[in-house]
Amino acid sequence: MSMKVQTRQVDGVTILDLSGRITLGEGSVTIRDAVRDVLAKGSNKILLNLGDISYIDSSGIGELVSAFTTVKNSGGELKLLNLTKKVHDLLQITKLYTVFDIKDDEATAISAFTK
Amino acid sequence: MADSNSSRVSFTLDSSLDSVNKIELTAEQVAQRAGFDEDTIPHIAMAVREAAVNAVLHGNSYDTNKHIVASFETTSDSLIIRIADQGPGLDPDKVPDPLAPENILRGSGRGIFLIKAFMDEVNFRQLHPGTELTLIKHRTPAQPGT
Repeated sequence: MSMKVQTRQVDGVTILDLSGRITLGEGSVTIRDAVRDVLAKGSNKILLNLGDISYIDSSGIGELVSAFTTVKNSGGELKLLNLTKKVHDLLQITKLYTVFDIKDDEATAISAFTK
Repeated sequence: MADSNSSRVSFTLDSSLDSVNKIELTAEQVAQRAGFDEDTIPHIAMAVREAAVNAVLHGNSYDTNKHIVASFETTSDSLIIRIADQGPGLDPDKVPDPLAPENILRGSGRGIFLIKAFMDEVNFRQLHPGTELTLIKHRTPAQPGT
């Protein structure tokens, strides 16, 4: 199942609802393109909703990290929402769980962005 | 005399993401038939996928003239998976530690780490040319297999 992205805006935050697999190739490139597109349109508060991500490999993790640093370097914020157990465990194993700001519900995630 | 609990399948594939997907799916199926539990099977499949990606991307550089050989062997003790490429060779001791502070925000370099995290034994063998990665997952007593 290739990865799909849907974009919406809530209170000045761009939410990218991701579904499918984030793996080497299509999935990881899609995230990269989606985040760059959001930044190019002038929004630098980005929330990645990973609730429907069924699988992520090391390339996918790398793309999340790259997206994080790209947004941070542009003066913005990128946060993660609704991690599945698989993704949660992978971020724990790779010591990235404390790098990202990770939330379990959307309202809390949106409130966490700098006003 | 062959062990009745042993089986082996091997195939040669081109250097593509389709091959990676096929190898990953085979790993999942073999691990399931071998009797590993539902938490362990995706870990095995992920480790094998990472090894296949390394072979295709870093080993063979997607070169259509180079192939990957993947083999899956189940014994009474273990599941043994071998992934070989025809690339320039890999020195695992030179792979940066992705957990080191200076590497934690790198966009790549976590594949071998995840392989080692999910498998019981990981061995590298230089083929000259190429590298063969052997991944071993040991059965537990509750997994008599098929």
